[in-house]
Amino acid sequence: MPILEGEGVTKHFGGLTAVSRVDFHVDQGEVVGLIGPNGAGKTTLFNLISGALVPKDGAIAFKGQGITGLKPHRICRMGLARTFQSVKVFPNIPVFENVLLGSLFGTSTGMSSADASGEAEKALEFVELSAVSPILAKDLTLANQKRVEVASALATKPELLLLDELMAGLNATEVAEAMELVGRIHAQGITIFMIEHVMKAIMGVCDRIMVLHHGEKIAEGTPQEIATSKTVIEVYLGE
Amino acid sequence: MNTITLGLKKWWIPGLLLVILVLLASLRFYVSTYTVILATAILMYIILTESWVLFSGPTGYISLAPAAFFGVGIYTAAILGMHLPLPVVVVIGGLASSCLALLVGALTLRLRGIYFAIFTFGLVEFMKHLLLWYEIKFTGTRGRFVVLVDNNTIYYMMLAILVVLLLTTYLIRRSKYGLALRSIGEDEEAAAHTGVNVTAVKVITFAISASFMGAAGAIIATRWTYVDPYIAFDPLFSFMPVLMAIFGGMGQFYGPILGAAAFAYLEEVLITKFPYYYMLLFGVILLITILYLPNGLVGLIQRLQKGGWGRRHANT
Amino acid sequence: MIVTLLDIIIAGLLLGGLYALIAMGLSLQYGVARVLNISHGEFIMLGGLTTWTLHTVFGINPLVCLAICGPLAFALGYVIHRTLFRRLLTSSASPGAFESNSMLASFGLLFIIQNLASIAWGPEIRGYSYLAVPVNLAGALFGANRLVTLGFAIAIGLAFYLFVARTRLGKAIRAAAQDPTTAGLMGVNINNVLALCFGFGAAMAGIAGMLISMCYPVNVTMGLEYTIIAIIVVVLGGLGSIPGSFIGGFILGLIGSIVSFVDPGLSLAAYYLIFILLLVVRPTGIMGK
Repeated sequence: MPILEGEGVTKHFGGLTAVSRVDFHVDQGEVVGLIGPNGAGKTTLFNLISGALVPKDGAIAFKGQGITGLKPHRICRMGLARTFQSVKVFPNIPVFENVLLGSLFGTSTGMSSADASGEAEKALEFVELSAVSPILAKDLTLANQKRVEVASALATKPELLLLDELMAGLNATEVAEAMELVGRIHAQGITIFMIEHVMKAIMGVCDRIMVLHHGEKIAEGTPQEIATSKTVIEVYLGE
Repeated sequence: MNTITLGLKKWWIPGLLLVILVLLASLRFYVSTYTVILATAILMYIILTESWVLFSGPTGYISLAPAAFFGVGIYTAAILGMHLPLPVVVVIGGLASSCLALLVGALTLRLRGIYFAIFTFGLVEFMKHLLLWYEIKFTGTRGRFVVLVDNNTIYYMMLAILVVLLLTTYLIRRSKYGLALRSIGEDEEAAAHTGVNVTAVKVITFAISASFMGAAGAIIATRWTYVDPYIAFDPLFSFMPVLMAIFGGMGQFYGPILGAAAFAYLEEVLITKFPYYYMLLFGVILLITILYLPNGLVGLIQRLQKGGWGRRHANT
Repeated sequence: MIVTLLDIIIAGLLLGGLYALIAMGLSLQYGVARVLNISHGEFIMLGGLTTWTLHTVFGINPLVCLAICGPLAFALGYVIHRTLFRRLLTSSASPGAFESNSMLASFGLLFIIQNLASIAWGPEIRGYSYLAVPVNLAGALFGANRLVTLGFAIAIGLAFYLFVARTRLGKAIRAAAQDPTTAGLMGVNINNVLALCFGFGAAMAGIAGMLISMCYPVNVTMGLEYTIIAIIVVVLGGLGSIPGSFIGGFILGLIGSIVSFVDPGLSLAAYYLIFILLLVVRPTGIMGK
């Protein structure tokens, strides 16, 4: 059963077509990867799903409900959370409050302050950052900032989590740790849709992979199929 | 661990505040009438500044409209002052201002910050022209006389509004909306994606801040006794709160109060002898502050504290 | 009836030419130097009052003042940018912070300039009469001074447009407007270009002030209204589009003329209504991206 579906999704920026008539779906419980060369339209697609942008054409549905054109906070409260390619934390706010925002505002049913605090603590424990709770987010390493972002997203109790290049800028150890985190998130029952460039990560962890190129979907299938697809190899398959 | 609550780390603050409140409330018994009037003006400026900071501080959206909301309050008193008891007039003044703010906010706060800034900038002049046209066209008057109220009542009302404002600011800052406001200022898109209804939070906070400006306007109109659109909608009352907030510093509670008190007093002292020079001086101070003292007096004090007492106040 | 319509249209063009000029100046400052200069109107005021002084005190022909006010205003703008706004540029943490800081700084400038002018000229309204000879144009009478104003506004507008489109410096300006960093890397002396543009914007304001003083009375508080009109035109034309400001100026001028015909006191209110409409329907303006 698809938790997320998109049909004919299109977006232009002036003369440039960023996303062109893309159909996609993510089934409940899956881990789906989204790959493609730089400028392929992957982040734009995420922006269209999360409500940061409005599609020119096409429709997107989450849990069977149309979400095209809804504002980001509404979509978040419906259970769809995301992280950003250039990590977005609130720099001058302590880590705990960064995550607390998620549990205070992002859940589908409201929460009392006490409950929200508890949820935030749990989220921080989950990403193993409880120790840095009082530190201002800007003073953390990049890897930890990304974890804070993930914790904040998890605090909104999402059913679907969009991860935009979680591994970007991380060294080998950090990548392994991030992969492990993704695995644990998935084990919680959260569906994951992730953009990645780090091939090892995505091939290892995804059930299915979509490939975008110049805004169009050019391939879709299991990691095995994608790795051997001529089209994809021609277009892009860097290590 | 939880540093969202920006107060009550020091137990003696509530006691100190109570003492100050009692001193202020009993002011008339030990100072001259002139001082009471001066104190009223200072309180008025503190209200304008703190309410400006309430919204523009955490969100970073620069509003140049305080004079417009202030003017709405003034005109409410001018129109209704003769017919209704003063407290009612003050409340209506506050409500009218917040309605205007809701309109302005709904219009501009869903767009980039620059639109908000320029719209609020022109709003004062717009209101002035509108009222001028209306008064000449429909009521045939240019100015209005405002109901007379004794100085002590004016002072107490202003003090009451300030207390309510400070309480409101404190409660908002401590609440989840305070956190939401700060998150909007840090990264509005991220805030929206974390579930914050950014437009609603902005518009409502803006309206709340405007209501206090309107209330202050309604009260001070009775002190001025004669108002016309030029007097009521004077860009000076947009300039002063901005100057006071930036000079005083918005990082802490007392920053705007310091700034407001300092410039209100300076204005009082300089205005009769050097009417244009004092404004010139204020403009220069604003420039110098923006250039060299971006966090205002508060920032300066904090830096001195860090340098002096070092570890006690520094973050890890 | 037809004569009246023509009256309105030509009056609108006259007003429009002026609006186009002041809006282009502001657009230049915002589009390139990224400074929303809300003291723009004060430069207009300075141009007007300086012309008044030069004409009534020294007997200089106002049109000659063009050659004085323009360069003077340019120099003032250039210096202000090199000192104040350049310093802000380096000390601001982000472009967004610079936008806010520079706007606030120009707010400070507004009060400084206005009060300096008040000290120099006092609060009285000043006026003089020059070329107030009626000219018959298609059956309607217009003051020669207003026609001259229109002529100059269009001429300066076109000249500037050509300058930006054809000359090397103009190309540098366009590059800087698009992407200051890259332009800098390409060898454009970006700091100089920004200051030049700011200066040009100020010069246009000064010249506009001189033209206004030929037709209307001037005083130290006249600037604010013109700043707001300039802002509205810039939004109407599209933030950052200089051709848009040119066209937008004429559109607003025509609207102003029509509204003035109905009720003169309502023009600013009408402009603001247009502003409101724009924000609701199309904030990016006519030619905005």
